[in-house]
Amino acid sequence: MSTILFFLPFLLVFTVLAVYAERKLSAFIQDRYGPMEVGYYGILQTVADLLKLLQKEDIVPKAASKKLFLAAPLLIFIAVFMGFSVVPVTSGWTGASIHTGVFFLLAIISLDVIGIIMAGWASNNKYAVLGAIRSASQIISYEVPLTLSVVCVLVIAQSLDLQAISYQQGILITSMDPQAKNYLFGIKALGIDITDVGGILSWNIVRVPFLLPVWIIFFITTLAESNRAPFDLPEAESELVSGFQTEYSGFRWSIIMLAEYGMMLLTSLLGVLLFFGSWNTPLPNVGVLRLADWTTGVPGSWLGHGWTMFWLISKALLMVALQMWVRWTYPRVRLDQLMTLGWKYLTPMALVLLFVCSVWRLIMTW
Amino acid sequence: MTTTYFKNVREAAATLSKGLKLTFKHILEARKSSKPVAISDDQYFEEFDKGISTLQYPHETMPVPDNGRYRLHNEIDDCIVCDKCAKVCPVDCIEIEGIKATEVIGKTLDGTPKRIHAAKFDIDMSKCCFCGLCTTVCPTECLTMTKAYDFSEFDFKEHTYSFATMTPLEILEKKKELEEFEAKKDQVAPTEDSSTPASKPRPKPQPRPAVKEQPVAEGEPGKKATVKPKMTSPKPVMKPKPVVKSKPVVKPKPVIKPKPVIKRKKDEND
Repeated sequence: MSTILFFLPFLLVFTVLAVYAERKLSAFIQDRYGPMEVGYYGILQTVADLLKLLQKEDIVPKAASKKLFLAAPLLIFIAVFMGFSVVPVTSGWTGASIHTGVFFLLAIISLDVIGIIMAGWASNNKYAVLGAIRSASQIISYEVPLTLSVVCVLVIAQSLDLQAISYQQGILITSMDPQAKNYLFGIKALGIDITDVGGILSWNIVRVPFLLPVWIIFFITTLAESNRAPFDLPEAESELVSGFQTEYSGFRWSIIMLAEYGMMLLTSLLGVLLFFGSWNTPLPNVGVLRLADWTTGVPGSWLGHGWTMFWLISKALLMVALQMWVRWTYPRVRLDQLMTLGWKYLTPMALVLLFVCSVWRLIMTW
Repeated sequence: MTTTYFKNVREAAATLSKGLKLTFKHILEARKSSKPVAISDDQYFEEFDKGISTLQYPHETMPVPDNGRYRLHNEIDDCIVCDKCAKVCPVDCIEIEGIKATEVIGKTLDGTPKRIHAAKFDIDMSKCCFCGLCTTVCPTECLTMTKAYDFSEFDFKEHTYSFATMTPLEILEKKKELEEFEAKKDQVAPTEDSSTPASKPRPKPQPRPAVKEQPVAEGEPGKKATVKPKMTSPKPVMKPKPVVKSKPVVKPKPVIKPKPVIKRKKDEND
């Protein structure tokens, strides 16, 4: 339910604003203004662009295989959009209650590549095919370190349910399991009980400091997974026109863009859920100042929904901003550099960190 | 082997973080934007590096110096219709039609007497190459370049600026006056070769003396003493130029002739 009721409208609004934000951010990095004419400070620029896109003719190349060509953008979007179904929105509003949520999410967003290959192949265009092949090779090779980095968290959390992982990272841990306790850095032997303190101290990234390099691997691989710069080889506008999107126009092209921004949001949400305390507040309870209690609310109440949604969304948007910042800082990597980074650096590091996290998990329960 | 591996990791981390810091600095600096300062200002290069450097052109403009050499302007009241500017123009963007007056019709600001009515003084700015030759040859300095640089139009015909202020009726009147005057002159002294229906041939000989032998042309009707000293001040600049330029103006014509030669070659090849 949360997917249709919340994430679909949110994704539409998010995409419109994120495109604007991206253009502004890139402009600021390059000492420009970006869009300034449509609306105050150019705020309505993307709305105008969207209106223009929707009016455009839906061109299908004569030599394209029509059915595949028409279906591909929808498949790309559906694959990304399905991933939202397991993402919890608030402490009281779980997504689809699948016990293997993370597994489902990683599996379903990998289907994205089928749509991209379909789009590239059906376009009957050399640029599109090259883009599709690059995308396939990229997504397959980055799937490995991505999964390994997620497994690092799962080893700590001992759960595949995203809502359960969320509850573990805050003061509400006791409402799931009254016996559960949170210790500083997750180590029981230290004897510092922070179950009641919560806040940033109970986030996974603080509970297990080794998750910071894991998160960096996760972040790099999600950039590659969502085909964004510096890993935007499938689009590579300077060499492949725009890769697998070359032949698309109007509404179908905007669906592909929607999928790209949806992927950005989904991977940001996943990063927040796994590493940065999900919908939990960063403010800890300090003595009489029950900051964590005040900014979390009771699960199921309006306040609880409001606060937790606020924290989850604002953290995710920060992550999206980080993705944009990275995009406008680094140049595109070459295909062989991409493969070298994925297989020779990220995968072995992720394996070593998985071992480290497993050992940490043993220490935690000692 | 292992050392290069970890060296690569370290180097990547260092350079990537440096890059992020660099772009973040720019994001922070984007709160400021550089003001449009004239290039003559001492602050120009300092202002250039402050934050956003975009000039939002139609809304804000970069100040241009007062002696900017952009759009041409002719102060028609000071123009003696000497035709020098039209002659010197390398792209022929100035079109002038003068009607000889029967008497001195006024004086320019620097005291030069005006003897020709400006029936037409058109400058086609879409042809203009902004060389500024016309302004240097202008004896009364009525033709100048202004600092107006944004004169884009929707119709390129709008690029032709007319500076003549005479109405068609006035032009007709002046032509008639001249005809009558010529007729009278011929009756009085029929020794000259000039034909009676002089309205057309007359304007043609008129500009020519204005370039080459202006003192002679202007000396004929009246005050010799007053005109000459005033003309001498701009003359030294003028004299060497017309001598050199008047010949090349004639020469370019033969350049057109080689074209048929090329065509013949093509025909031969075919």
